[in-house]
Amino acid sequence: MEKRVKFKGIWLPLLLVLPQILITAIFFFYPAGQAIWQSLFIPDPFGLSMQWVGLGNFEYLLSDRYYRASFITTAVFSILVTVVSMGVALYLAILADRLIKGSGTYRTLLIWPYAVAPAVAGVLWLFMFNTRVGVVTWYLGLLGYDWNHVLNEGEAMGLVVVASAWGRISYNFLFFLAGLQAIPRSVIEAAAIDGAHFWTRFRTIVFPLLSPTTFFLLVVNIIYAFFETFGVIHTITSGGPQQATTILVYKVYSDGFVGQDLGSSAAQSVILLVIVSLLTVIQFKYIERRVHY
Amino acid sequence: MKHTISILAASAVLGSSQAAMAQTEIEFWHAFTGRLGELVAEQVETFNGSQSDYTVVATHKGNYSETLNAGIAAFRAGEQPDILMVFEVGTATMMAAKGAIKPVYEVMGDGFDQSKYIGSVKGYYTSPDGDMLSLPFNSSTPVLWVNRDKLEEAGIDPDTDLSTWEQVGDVLDQLKDAGVGCPMTTAWQSWIHLENFSAYHDVPFATKSNGFDGNDTELAFNSAAQVAHIGAMGDWAKDGKFIYAGRRNEGGANFRAGECALFTESSAGYAGIKAEAEFDFEVRPLPYWSAVASEPQNTIIGGASLWVMEGQTDEEYAGVAAFLDFLSSPEIQAKWHQDTGYLPITSEAGDLTRSQGFYDANPGTDIAVIQMTAKEPTSNSKGLRLGSFDQIRGIIDEELEAVWAGDKDAQTALDSAVERGNALLRRFEQASR
Repeated sequence: MEKRVKFKGIWLPLLLVLPQILITAIFFFYPAGQAIWQSLFIPDPFGLSMQWVGLGNFEYLLSDRYYRASFITTAVFSILVTVVSMGVALYLAILADRLIKGSGTYRTLLIWPYAVAPAVAGVLWLFMFNTRVGVVTWYLGLLGYDWNHVLNEGEAMGLVVVASAWGRISYNFLFFLAGLQAIPRSVIEAAAIDGAHFWTRFRTIVFPLLSPTTFFLLVVNIIYAFFETFGVIHTITSGGPQQATTILVYKVYSDGFVGQDLGSSAAQSVILLVIVSLLTVIQFKYIERRVHY
Repeated sequence: MKHTISILAASAVLGSSQAAMAQTEIEFWHAFTGRLGELVAEQVETFNGSQSDYTVVATHKGNYSETLNAGIAAFRAGEQPDILMVFEVGTATMMAAKGAIKPVYEVMGDGFDQSKYIGSVKGYYTSPDGDMLSLPFNSSTPVLWVNRDKLEEAGIDPDTDLSTWEQVGDVLDQLKDAGVGCPMTTAWQSWIHLENFSAYHDVPFATKSNGFDGNDTELAFNSAAQVAHIGAMGDWAKDGKFIYAGRRNEGGANFRAGECALFTESSAGYAGIKAEAEFDFEVRPLPYWSAVASEPQNTIIGGASLWVMEGQTDEEYAGVAAFLDFLSSPEIQAKWHQDTGYLPITSEAGDLTRSQGFYDANPGTDIAVIQMTAKEPTSNSKGLRLGSFDQIRGIIDEELEAVWAGDKDAQTALDSAVERGNALLRRFEQASR
């Protein structure tokens, strides 16, 4: 049975949602509208003049093979970051959930990296893998592996994925642990009495019951990989080598603020807006159906 | 109302000792930190102490790109500084912004003697009529740095002739055979090995006099000369004779630590190398290919210039003029040149430095000046004036990295860089129409 509060008239409910609507309008609809408007022009950087080009900016972008390649890069990057950060977090959460002694210390230590800003995380990882003075590079050299993410595309991608996923593991861990602890012990114990081993219990009971958490984290992590990894990429690779780590958001920045090409930058923002809307719709429409609350 | 007036009157009486209140404030945004930041602060302090009409307030706004962006954003918000430091690759962007900048020659007024500035330095920043649009502030040019100890260890005469790339190639072979891990490295690969390379061999980097004659310019650095040079560098990279360290001046750390024998870097690397190098080092002119040119043209500058922004009061412009005049004075320039390794912007400052005995005490510090000024610049060696050039350099970096990694040959990489860069130039042409 659902509880519903009925308001008389329309004015009170409208008043109550007004602050939220205002905030959304000022901080989302207005800038989004501006971006759409600007994407139809090629302005000069100082805002002194504008050339109407209609859909010219979009035409220019979609005919650029590096921009098209950036979609693939973004997809690969986002999937890797999401899988790595969620996978490791789930593994750690299961371990921490089984701990009896000293679990508080482990938890605190595991949550720590979340406090590190992406740009700082980027610099930390860059130091470790610096091609000249990096500790890890030096050890890899001893093993006979010549690490050079400055020139090697795969290594560059690997490094930015690890650096982006690292800080995120803590966040995911926190949610997974809470999710695990919310699963009634009695269900798991009953299964154990029935002779189900750990893996069977995890597959048939724990993971399905964890699915709301997993779904939430999936959405949040993809959005994170899309929009909040800028600092990591900027500090470690600046999108290189040969645009191997230029994700869509990084390209918005480099075209808009390095190239001063605000028209192209605005058009890219609009394309991003469309992608994110689509992703969200897909996620809620198709994946949420399979989630058991 | 009465209240306000009496307060104003009172504060006028009380404030007479605070002369600073009456001074016109000049806002100056720059991109320098560390030692250079201290030296700028020192210049500003000296100026502020030398007169009582104006106070220059210098503010650090991040690196070159960030400073330019801060200036652009401030202009859009109507809060631009009086003086904005812009790196040389932002020159075309600033020039195209006619309503946003006030040309320096206009600010300086009638008595402004532009002839005292060194032609090849100011040439980067002049209008087609030869009028200075901005004031060169820090300018440097690439030279070859040599670790003499490393050559000696490898059994090579440290005084060996390194004027041409052919000779450098032989020395690299010997260094490699002697087991040197880093025979050569570079900083700023696009600036040194394509932009300066083109000027130095008198071949065009872009059409329309490298963009000086119009925004409808196209890149041209995929011709035979540049392809041969990048190809040779690519071969050296493959053989481990040229070690690539990064897009900016990352290689400087390797050279200063004594790992590398040869290093192509800006003349402004002087302060850092002198402070850190625990070996015998030397400055040589940038090498040239004798197969391409019988003797080298001049090199071009890198660095930044000071742009005066539109929309300020007349008093502020008077203050700006006084400050720029102060910066151009021989004493200030000579000190700046000697402290930093940047080029002097006036010939008087160069002469003063020579008469002070600085070049004799620090051999090689005048090589950059000679390399810049030995020959009258041609249309290929005046400089570059290309829109979106910061981003084009990024493209060049990417394509060169593909050559160093062995993914592409020189011709393919440079063709691709030209094609991708041209697309950005067309965007810029359209935006600044």
